[in-house]
Amino acid sequence: MELHDHGLADLRRLLQRKEISAVELTTVFLQRIQSLDSQLQSFITLNEEGALASARRADEQRAAGSVAPLLGLPIAHKDIFSTRGLRTTCGSRMLENYVPPFDATVVERLEQAGTVVLGKLNMDEFAMGSSNETSHYGAVRNPWDTRLVPGGSSGGSAAAVAAGLAPAATGTDTGGSIRQPAAFCGITGLKPTYGRVSRYGMIAFASSLDQAGPMARSAEDCALLMDAMAGHDPRDSTSHPRAAGEFSAGLQRPVQGLRIGVAEEFFIDGLDTQVADLVRAAIAQLEDMGARIVPIHLPHNAVAVSAYYVLAPAEASSNLARFDGVRYGHRSRDVDNLQELYLQSRFEGFGAEVRRRILIGTYVLSAGYYDAYYLKAQKVRSLIREDFRRAFAEVDLIAGPTTPTAAFALGAKREDPVSMYLADIYTIAVNLAGIPALNLPCGFTREGLPVGMQLMGNYFADELLLAVGHAYQQSTSWHRQRPNLAEVQR
Amino acid sequence: MSWEVVIGLEVHVQLNTQSKIFCNCPTRYGAEPNRHTCPVCLALPGALPVLNAAAVDKAIAFGLAVGAEIHQRSVFARKNYFYPDLPKGYQISQYEIPIVGRGQLALTLADGTEKIVGITRAHLEEDAGKSLHEAFSAETGIDLNRAGTPLLEIVSEPDMRSPAEAVAYLKKLHALVRYLDISDGNMQEGSFRCDANVSLRRPGEPFGTRAEIKNLNSFRFLEKAIEYEMERQQDLLESGAEVVQETRLFDANKGETRSMRSKEEANDYRYFPDPDLLPLVLEPAQIEAVRASLPELPDARKRRFMEQYALPAYDAGVLTSSRALADYYEVVAEGVDAKLAANWIMGDLLGALNRSNGEIESCPVPAEQMRRLLQRIEDQTISGKIAKDVFEVLFEKGEDVDTIIERKGLRQITDVEAITKLIDAVLAKNPGQVADYRSGKEKLFGFFVGQVMKASQGKANPEQLNRLLRERLDNPS
Repeated sequence: MELHDHGLADLRRLLQRKEISAVELTTVFLQRIQSLDSQLQSFITLNEEGALASARRADEQRAAGSVAPLLGLPIAHKDIFSTRGLRTTCGSRMLENYVPPFDATVVERLEQAGTVVLGKLNMDEFAMGSSNETSHYGAVRNPWDTRLVPGGSSGGSAAAVAAGLAPAATGTDTGGSIRQPAAFCGITGLKPTYGRVSRYGMIAFASSLDQAGPMARSAEDCALLMDAMAGHDPRDSTSHPRAAGEFSAGLQRPVQGLRIGVAEEFFIDGLDTQVADLVRAAIAQLEDMGARIVPIHLPHNAVAVSAYYVLAPAEASSNLARFDGVRYGHRSRDVDNLQELYLQSRFEGFGAEVRRRILIGTYVLSAGYYDAYYLKAQKVRSLIREDFRRAFAEVDLIAGPTTPTAAFALGAKREDPVSMYLADIYTIAVNLAGIPALNLPCGFTREGLPVGMQLMGNYFADELLLAVGHAYQQSTSWHRQRPNLAEVQR
Repeated sequence: MSWEVVIGLEVHVQLNTQSKIFCNCPTRYGAEPNRHTCPVCLALPGALPVLNAAAVDKAIAFGLAVGAEIHQRSVFARKNYFYPDLPKGYQISQYEIPIVGRGQLALTLADGTEKIVGITRAHLEEDAGKSLHEAFSAETGIDLNRAGTPLLEIVSEPDMRSPAEAVAYLKKLHALVRYLDISDGNMQEGSFRCDANVSLRRPGEPFGTRAEIKNLNSFRFLEKAIEYEMERQQDLLESGAEVVQETRLFDANKGETRSMRSKEEANDYRYFPDPDLLPLVLEPAQIEAVRASLPELPDARKRRFMEQYALPAYDAGVLTSSRALADYYEVVAEGVDAKLAANWIMGDLLGALNRSNGEIESCPVPAEQMRRLLQRIEDQTISGKIAKDVFEVLFEKGEDVDTIIERKGLRQITDVEAITKLIDAVLAKNPGQVADYRSGKEKLFGFFVGQVMKASQGKANPEQLNRLLRERLDNPS
């Protein structure tokens, strides 16, 4: 096994035993990115000098006795997180030349834990997309088959981790943007409980839904990252006072006796039969491990996507108003007045999908439509929360598919936004409720594409999800499979 | 049949917190452009607002002072519109549920009658920055120092029926926010700004269509703008035309209002609850803590002045019209006659301040010096007339009262022998008038007083002078 095949936990042991140095490790990944990423386009900005400098610092600190938990471990950040002095584009032309003067809290916390930042990862523009095709910096390819999409919006994160260009990455999830690409790329990704990970410095898409989380090779690695990422942040008013947790320390919890709910609503038309079979098999595996399977109902899951595509664009239309060409970001050159400055700068700076969502959001908030759309969608949101409240009165976790299909071809859904939106049919309700959910790789289709199982938990059940994921991964090896990039090079 | 004007005011009060409402930047006025900014008030991507608790306490204090209901749960909303000095593309404000509900303010009008003006609501919001057009050619500068300064917007009911009532309301509100120390109330710097909704109707009929006049930053402008607007609307209505619902701007130079935008051109602000801020939930204990720390309010203080200092209602009203003036009065009145203090402060001091366009807050005569001056009248060191001269020096140069009296030799002559000497000299010089007086021309008494006072350079104690002069004239030796 080569160095780049290891996960964070393994690499940490190697660093702690001083079998390798942080500089060596960082160099391995930087070289790998340089030689392989042209096939994937998973990075937007490489932080070569910065990474080597912090790796050197990490080695010095270790020599001086530092025991920072992630000291010297290379990771990469989705390009939605502000990084001081390092360009942050959010996948948009709008921010092509934007260099933040401050770090996002997530970046800061991971830096304090000792991580080395390899670079900034590609993503759908402003996190709006499920295929990573809306990025201004080019579509990301799926490392299992470069003709396919990696999922989105954290597609760069998923592809880079799956391809061994980084041992782990950060992602964000507004309607499935961590879990869906994790499923498509065969990695583990956690969407934490809303409020456990600070949103400060993370460029907002839909504030009430956005949540940052870890994307890695295993639940164990996700727990390591969560130990550092989660915690109360006074700079984020929606950060929970009890946000911190003991994720790694809680991994050994047994599956025996857990009640796992399975909603029949998940196994509907549109769910690929191979995906259905693999997920049912994974659920059976959990049962074999001692869990009790309980049928449940989530009657409003079917309308979650509709409510989401009112609420998320509504918030986005307002969140993206700050990109006006006045203080930073793209400013159109040939304008004669203020109105044109706004129109042209935003028209040139934003891609089609972002403009579409701004239009939808502006429409649903407009006088005369607010009640029919925004308020009604909020009511649906309450019903979805209520569905989960009722379900979690009977079960500890809910299991089901993460996505209705395995990864689809580049371009397949680009012209059909509604079919693209339905790619998130299993993930969106989780964001509307604010609960945590985890994607676990649970098998491969006959075409050799990874498939993911989604575990959802009640509020603050993040630790439980990771523990069950860890137990599942102790008895399965799906998460250890790696794409062979040289082979897919056609 | 005459027209009746209906006026409602929206007043934006800048709260005098140390830092801005959603970040830690200072709120100080007058810094170099964009110096007091940070990722939050510049609206950099990813920056988030955190509510300043001090601003909340000040809003609560206002609500309690006008007897309003304090909403235990209020909601911040986004008011969406594009403007270069609005960095986020929306203003964080309160819309459906403001922190302060219905309250009221009692006014005393010029004729002494009391008038109650209803307060509809007051809500917290952030101020925008400023667009700077001077010093730029074909460009606009943006200064975001003010962006994020906390504002309390106070909305009145349409209860006022004359420009004078509107001015009285605004003055009362102005005094109140300064009493509460929630705003510096500086109108030139824009800390206290007013929009007026003005309409006309026949008495007893439903409200007419209103125009909203923006940009009123002085009491006089408010009065002028309403007067202009009344005439304009009356002309329209009487010529059979209609008043259009619109926003108008007051041009202080021309003394007129002009149309800014009509109702049709008005923005759709697309308000919705701000997902970056949780609803503001107040614990009863927090409200009670603010209540306990409230200062004595103007109306209560006026009543106390009438009782404690036995002042007439008018005096008490003037002296409590601002907290600084009332504080000043109380320092002076401590140890001298209360009415004497009231007369001097309302007459000489306010008169001098008026002439020099000064404010009581920056009064060149400290209250302690004013009290000393009045004490010197009371202990007969100087006469009331000489005191006026001393006051002038005091106001101009700000010296110590006793130093002025000594240096200028203004100490009153109270020595019987000295005054008698002066009297004898005057009588000796004017034997004819003495004879006339003694033969019944008593009016000449004033002449002798004047001559002796002149000889004493005004320093003779007037009472002693009167007594001794009369003795001498009535009992020739």
